[in-house]
Amino acid sequence: MNAVSTKPAPAPAQLSRPVLTALPRPSRLAPVLANLLPPVLILLAFLGLWEFLASGPGATLPPPSKVWADSYDLIVDPFFDRGGLDKGLFWHLAASLQRVALGFAIAGVVGVLTGLLIGTSPFAMRGLDPIFQVLRTVPPLAWLPLSLAAFREAQPSAIFVIFITSVWPVIINTAVGVRNVPQDYRNVAAVIRLRGPAFFWKIVLPAAAPYIFTGLRIGIGLSWLAIVAAEMLIGGVGIGFFVWDAWNSSNLSDIVVALVYVGLVGFGLDRIVAFAGRIATRGTQES
Amino acid sequence: MQTDDRFLDISQLSIQFPKSPVPVLRQVDLQIARGEYVSVIGHSGCGKSTLLNVIAGLLPATAGGVVLEGREIDGPGPDRAVVFQNHSLLPWLTCYENVRLAVDQTVGRKMGRAERHDWVLENLALVHMSHAKDKRPAEISGGMKQRIGIARALAMKPKVLLLDEPFGALDALTRAHLQDQVMEIHASRGTTVVMITHDVDEAVLLSDRIVMLTNGPNATVGEVLKVDLPRPRDRLALAADPVFVAARTAVLEFLHARHANPALAAA
Repeated sequence: MNAVSTKPAPAPAQLSRPVLTALPRPSRLAPVLANLLPPVLILLAFLGLWEFLASGPGATLPPPSKVWADSYDLIVDPFFDRGGLDKGLFWHLAASLQRVALGFAIAGVVGVLTGLLIGTSPFAMRGLDPIFQVLRTVPPLAWLPLSLAAFREAQPSAIFVIFITSVWPVIINTAVGVRNVPQDYRNVAAVIRLRGPAFFWKIVLPAAAPYIFTGLRIGIGLSWLAIVAAEMLIGGVGIGFFVWDAWNSSNLSDIVVALVYVGLVGFGLDRIVAFAGRIATRGTQES
Repeated sequence: MQTDDRFLDISQLSIQFPKSPVPVLRQVDLQIARGEYVSVIGHSGCGKSTLLNVIAGLLPATAGGVVLEGREIDGPGPDRAVVFQNHSLLPWLTCYENVRLAVDQTVGRKMGRAERHDWVLENLALVHMSHAKDKRPAEISGGMKQRIGIARALAMKPKVLLLDEPFGALDALTRAHLQDQVMEIHASRGTTVVMITHDVDEAVLLSDRIVMLTNGPNATVGEVLKVDLPRPRDRLALAADPVFVAARTAVLEFLHARHANPALAAA
């Protein structure tokens, strides 16, 4: 119905007569619907396909209807707490988020500072860049044994894995941003004799801010990837361990629900960092 | 007076980039008087902008040098404020803050807070941009950005104002409007101006003298034309003025008959 209303009105039959009526006002609902309809349709189609594939005899995974029936408590009440590890998903997610917040915060501070150093000092760049290029390719979980050996406790080990996973993109993007401060801005600074710390604060940092936030955004995504995997091995309260625990008790429906939550939270984290970046770098992106 | 005639003294200036076998500019000699408006015109690639960058101190001279008011130039500084071709406003600062940063760094050191504030507003008013002082560069048009660039340069109270094709990227109407404003400012502040341009009408309308460069590389001053027109100048009245037309013809003749663009000739 709404799709019809957005179509251009048919041309008047008699062109010689001036049309004095006001133009039809575009419906405000139509664009919302145009954005909302495709994902909803695709989601329904996907759920339908899943239901069909997982309902046959010999299917190994539960269909959506079974997930809903099995894990109804888990879906509708994320806040229950029956002591021990028997908690709602909210508490598991909160524990994971806490680790990510701490690890990512350290990675942000260390990453930006190191990136600034590498970006400004050619010596630091030549010395550190090759090492970083190698270290950043090490998979997050490969750090875990070393980390456990060093800290001898699960909590700091998990936080270290988050840190070491997310620090590389922050370092590298910050360094690139600092090195790519446009010559125009450097010329302006030279003419008004802006040097040293003032040059750094007033020109370099704002010019590099979009790059820094790109690094942070990649970093938060990697953190979330790493925490789920790390918690599977570490145990305790956390969404990763929840998934592992459900697997051990053959509770596949709970795993499906947890994965949906993991995805939604990861999406939310990405959007939060992107939003913070837009606020902090307003005006800088387009010039 | 000797120093007033040779306020800005470019002597035997040659510039060669490290990787190039021939110099960009060769033995450029030019004396500019205090308060004079001089345009430098030439085809693309003749080294006009290079010359301006050397005066600004952003590029070093290979041989020869530039002396401003008895002191040799050895680096950039606010006494030679530049209005860049692409405005070069800092996009994260508002128009006011862009000018304020320049003021704080230069002439503002001897002023109080309130005085700085007033001085920034005065310069924004000079280019008729008071209404947009709290907007960011991305929110205003190209002509407005260039006006803020001019305000920023003037706010440093420069001895010489260097304009690097300041109106090149603007449409014809905006350009004419800004040219008139620059003429007004030149009249009211009496600033010495060196302007790089490739627009013949602009050069004749604004300048006291037009310096024509031969084709690059290895370019030098081909001819200097004095534009003997009284100020204030009015673009409409001048359109048919014989002196204006003669000057315009002379520059066109230099650029297109005697020193036609080699790149275009080959094409």
